[in-house]
Amino acid sequence: MFELNFTEEQTMLREMVRDFADNELKPIASQIDENEAIPMEIIRKIGELGILGAAFPIEYGGSGFGEVGYCIIQEEIGRACLSTATFIGAHVSIGTNAIYLGGSEEIRKKYVVPLASGEKVAAFALTEERAGSDAFDLRTKAVPDGDDWIINGEKQWITNGPFADTFSVFARTPRGITAFVVEKDAPGFSSGAPEKKMGIRGSKTSSLTFDNVRVPKENMLGGEGRGFLLAMKTLDAGRLGLGAACLGACKELLELSTKYAKERKQFGEPIANFQAIQFMLAEMATLIYTSESLVYRTAVLYDKHEMLSRQSAMVKLFVSEALDKCVDYAMQIHGGMGFSREMPIERFYRDSRINRIFEGTSEIQKLVIARDIIKRNGIV
Amino acid sequence: MNLLVCVSRVPDTATKIFVGPDGKTIDSKGVKYILNPYDEFALEEAIRLKEKNGGEVTALTVSADDATDILRNALAMGADSAIFIKAPAEPDSYQVAHNIANSVKDKNFDLIFFGRQSVDFDSFQIPSMVAELLNIPSVSVVSKLEVNGSKVIAERDIEGGKETVELSTPCAISAQKGLNEPRYPKLPDIMKAKKKPIEEVAFFQVDAAVEVISIALPVNKRVGKILGDSDSDINEIVRSLHEDAKVI
Ligand SMILES: Cc1cc2nc3c(=O)[nH]c(=O)nc-3n(C[C@H](O)[C@H](O)[C@H](O)COP(=O)(O)OP(=O)(O)OC[C@H]3O[C@@H](n4cnc5c(N)ncnc54)[C@H](O)[C@@H]3O)c2cc1C
Repeated sequence: MFELNFTEEQTMLREMVRDFADNELKPIASQIDENEAIPMEIIRKIGELGILGAAFPIEYGGSGFGEVGYCIIQEEIGRACLSTATFIGAHVSIGTNAIYLGGSEEIRKKYVVPLASGEKVAAFALTEERAGSDAFDLRTKAVPDGDDWIINGEKQWITNGPFADTFSVFARTPRGITAFVVEKDAPGFSSGAPEKKMGIRGSKTSSLTFDNVRVPKENMLGGEGRGFLLAMKTLDAGRLGLGAACLGACKELLELSTKYAKERKQFGEPIANFQAIQFMLAEMATLIYTSESLVYRTAVLYDKHEMLSRQSAMVKLFVSEALDKCVDYAMQIHGGMGFSREMPIERFYRDSRINRIFEGTSEIQKLVIARDIIKRNGIV
Repeated sequence: MNLLVCVSRVPDTATKIFVGPDGKTIDSKGVKYILNPYDEFALEEAIRLKEKNGGEVTALTVSADDATDILRNALAMGADSAIFIKAPAEPDSYQVAHNIANSVKDKNFDLIFFGRQSVDFDSFQIPSMVAELLNIPSVSVVSKLEVNGSKVIAERDIEGGKETVELSTPCAISAQKGLNEPRYPKLPDIMKAKKKPIEEVAFFQVDAAVEVISIALPVNKRVGKILGDSDSDINEIVRSLHEDAKVI
């Protein structure tokens, strides 16, 4: 039987995160944008509530809510602040998740536990100057030296880079691409200044430099030469969670737009009475319903270990594009007020756009989907 | 310390209420129910006392509907166990008070907490009724509480000021907003709540003292509009005075 019901715990989780987002995050979301920083106090609270460990099993400091729980969290956080959702996404579903998926028992205990509690912050370092969409072309190098590996090279566009403690780093080794855990205090490691961005300005992104950084061989994730596969597996989860955050933002925009359309009067009546406005609301609602179905159906598959890469690529592609349509409609419905910094619409407008670019551009998602479909002779 | 918190399940304050077809009850279709907001202060206070002095917190509700959802909320916040008394029909305050008193009279609670009112029927009666039935002292609308052994000092809000009273356990306390800042349930605690016990206790039959004859929605909705001091709001005020009220 096909069912889509949230359990009592999942509903409680949603309510708790929504309360938190409404009371603590939404009121400061514009400040986070203007100051280009999420207050450490907020990050600490998010950690204390267990939000960063939700997806991981109890033995690694999590609470076992799995991917469905994680998507619920990202949806509710995405409603309030996409900078914060980006911080959480980079920390949990790619930074920490790479260690969880690829790490030995000891490495999981050593690194995942403090990351799940929020005591430490994680980042995922794949992209380089020449290796964006073509991540396989990365040139950061790791060579063995006794019981250690020595890493040299440079990463760019790494979310949480300026302040993370623990990095999942992908480097070229004699037998292919290999992942390692690197700590920020390792001699020779440094991070650059935060990039100046159009949106998600509260989320900090920077380059990373590795100058003869020595890491013990235990810190290798997933075995030598298996790093690229691990990166792709990690991004499968990341893309799904990214879709969930976009879904939350779409919902917020529809609520704001509906409220505004009912209040704002022109030609002597609420603009919600005009069919042109109604059609935009209808489009937004339909995109949301579709996105919601897609996100949670796929999250359930993920938790059953049945999700395929093309499915999370479809979620990422569809929902990030849906959000861009929703912000555009929301801006149009709000007219001049949407363009004003007094309302959150312009912030969502700027924050939305990155979702079609990072964790693989829309074009790359289409490549992932198409390659798989062609292999399967067109059978979804 | 043995602590009881009586909680109620009420429609979310943001929910739009409709009167049911019998004209006497709320139509519960599509209504979202929550833990009564004042009960959250009561729960938080009890949980803090437990964390400080040790002991146990029990949450209790009397409800005609399945109220295990709000009891799970209480358990996720930190209550250790819960009691659910299912009423055959919407009980009045008198029946609720009797049921609470009857089920806890042998359980030696040191403090019994309530919210100052339930935000559904707002009768304000249950805390005092329960205390009376159990023959223990009670203090209502408490905004500050200090418990030292069996000595309890409570500060309560009165018109234009504060009143401080002293009483001894066992006693009943009804919580006012400001008593504390209720916590968000942490994720591991939400998971643990599933495993905590909810005991179902049979309804104690006693006749209702009050019969609801009808309920109705307020007829004249206020047409007031609240605007801030932003430029756009000021423009809206000017526009509204010109075009809607036509006074300038
Ligand atoms: C704010 C921000 C945060 C980021 N955070 C992280 C992070 O935490 N960790 C990390 O590793 N990376 C991160 N990135 C990097 C991000 O994943 C890359 O920017 C992204 O994958 C695209 O790579 P690129 O910017 O080099 O664009 P390019 O690869 O240069 O792409 C340019 C254009 O060409 C298109 N294109 C490229 N190849 C093809 C093709 N084969 N077919 C069709 N079209 C193609 C692309 O779709 C795009 O439209 C972040 C980036 C940003 C901007």
